[in-house]
Amino acid sequence: MSGTASPEPKISVRNLNFHYGKFHALKDINLDIATREVTAFIGPSGCGKSTLLRVFNRMYALYPNQVATGEVLLDKQNILDRRQDLHRLRSRVGMVFQKPTPFPMTIYENIAFGVRLHEHMGKGAMDDRVEAALRQAALWDEVKDKLRQSGMRLSGGQQQRLCIARAIAVKPEVLLLDEPASALDPISTLKIEELIYELRQNYTIVIVTHNMQQAARVSDYTAFMYLGEMVEFGDTNAIFTNPSQKQTEDYITGRYG
Amino acid sequence: MSSRLTRLWDPLFKGTTAVLAYLVLTLLVAICLALLHEGWAAFKTFGWHFLISKAWDPANNKFGALIPIYGTLVSSLIAVVIAVPVSLGIALFITELAPRWLRQPVAAAIELLAAIPSIIFGMWGLFAFAPWFSNYEPWINDHLGSIPGIGALFRGPPFGIGMLTAGIILAIMIIPFIAAIMREVFLLTPPLLKESAYGVGATTWEVVRNVVLPYTRTAVSGGIFLGLGRALGETMAVTFVIGNAHSVSASLLNPGYSIAAALANEFTEAFSPLYKSSLIALGFILFVITFIILVLAKLLLMRLERAQGETT
Repeated sequence: MSGTASPEPKISVRNLNFHYGKFHALKDINLDIATREVTAFIGPSGCGKSTLLRVFNRMYALYPNQVATGEVLLDKQNILDRRQDLHRLRSRVGMVFQKPTPFPMTIYENIAFGVRLHEHMGKGAMDDRVEAALRQAALWDEVKDKLRQSGMRLSGGQQQRLCIARAIAVKPEVLLLDEPASALDPISTLKIEELIYELRQNYTIVIVTHNMQQAARVSDYTAFMYLGEMVEFGDTNAIFTNPSQKQTEDYITGRYG
Repeated sequence: MSSRLTRLWDPLFKGTTAVLAYLVLTLLVAICLALLHEGWAAFKTFGWHFLISKAWDPANNKFGALIPIYGTLVSSLIAVVIAVPVSLGIALFITELAPRWLRQPVAAAIELLAAIPSIIFGMWGLFAFAPWFSNYEPWINDHLGSIPGIGALFRGPPFGIGMLTAGIILAIMIIPFIAAIMREVFLLTPPLLKESAYGVGATTWEVVRNVVLPYTRTAVSGGIFLGLGRALGETMAVTFVIGNAHSVSASLLNPGYSIAAALANEFTEAFSPLYKSSLIALGFILFVITFIILVLAKLLLMRLERAQGETT
């Protein structure tokens, strides 16, 4: 089943198959991710939504036995190509994980670290970049007086926003969010959702979530996956109010999953 | 009756295990006290001078611990300086870089190195390594000996045996321990943390340098101290290759002495009570040095576990 979104997709997935060793985790996925919109992947655990997300920055390539075939076009360029420079790709496609993962360094360094990997700049420019990233992640006011403190001493919600700031600071074009609020309390979750709403003006965002209300609140497009297949993909309002597939309807009304 | 027996059973069980556990502690204290008691004559006769005196003159009953202490510390330090970078390389290769099928065999081979008895290292050091190494000592003299400052360390006769040789042999002996601990500690780094670093575009080297090493640094230092502790107490291998000369010299190529080597060599010939007491006092000093180092190692390793408890 294929889906098309806007006329100029940021990412186009064509006949993507994914294997963990012998396990066939993604089956013939076709999908367009719209530029500067939020696309949500929903579905029960093990349906392949996180796997699909990890193809977009080729994180799976860290592990042997994980193989993707087909095409994933980022601005019309196939990122599954063997010649693709992974470091360059990951500077264009940032990622935030289920659990906050601050690096064992100061708040400032947590953000400067990634920037330094790709750009050389003076102290003043770096200060500006760090501040801008923290402001965009709605964290600046809370940490501006303790930038030299360890990032690991922040609260869980703050740590996750630090991770978002860290991803933004590298100036990616795409932001992958893998259940970014699943380990957070309701208030932190709300902050992250508001943040996603703000960030969609500048970034193409793909979010994996277990929480259907969250998908309905933050996303423009929703893809429902089940057992490695893309069951339904389309406008979020349409998916939630008038799903065309029985499986989708069963899932969003809570009949299984 | 039977219910009373069952009620008694638990305290009895608890008591027995407690006795067994405290037995080890008692033994530790007993050994320490015995050494102190037997070495007391030497400490009483020479006072603090025992620690800073270079004298070792059995004929005139004059004894000082400086030379063996110096030799013990220096040979162990050489060992650590050599072993740490090598172990780091091994551990990183096994955890981060080696293809999966190679990891287990390499790790197993490193652990087998730890199973070689120390006397074998001593014999190999004396009969194989030292003669071979002596061919290169003139080269060390010529090239490193001329460096200002540290040059004096590398000027000396090409005997093959000496402080540097002892340090190298010790390094080979402690590499398995340090590498094994580093490997375990690196495996404790959360995969998600590493993925995040890869996720901002870091290379393997950048991930290791900026994330894995800082995350594990206290435990890594703990492992290094554990290795140092082993090197300090090592006896047979050092006795074979250190040269057993009662002299302090700036040069690492010169023969030296270590506490353990002194004990192994001289106990049987300690004819006067003061001589014997001095040797036991040496043993007490070694015990104290090693004890401090190992406690430090344990504390550092514990800190990682506690930090892990906080973050997960």
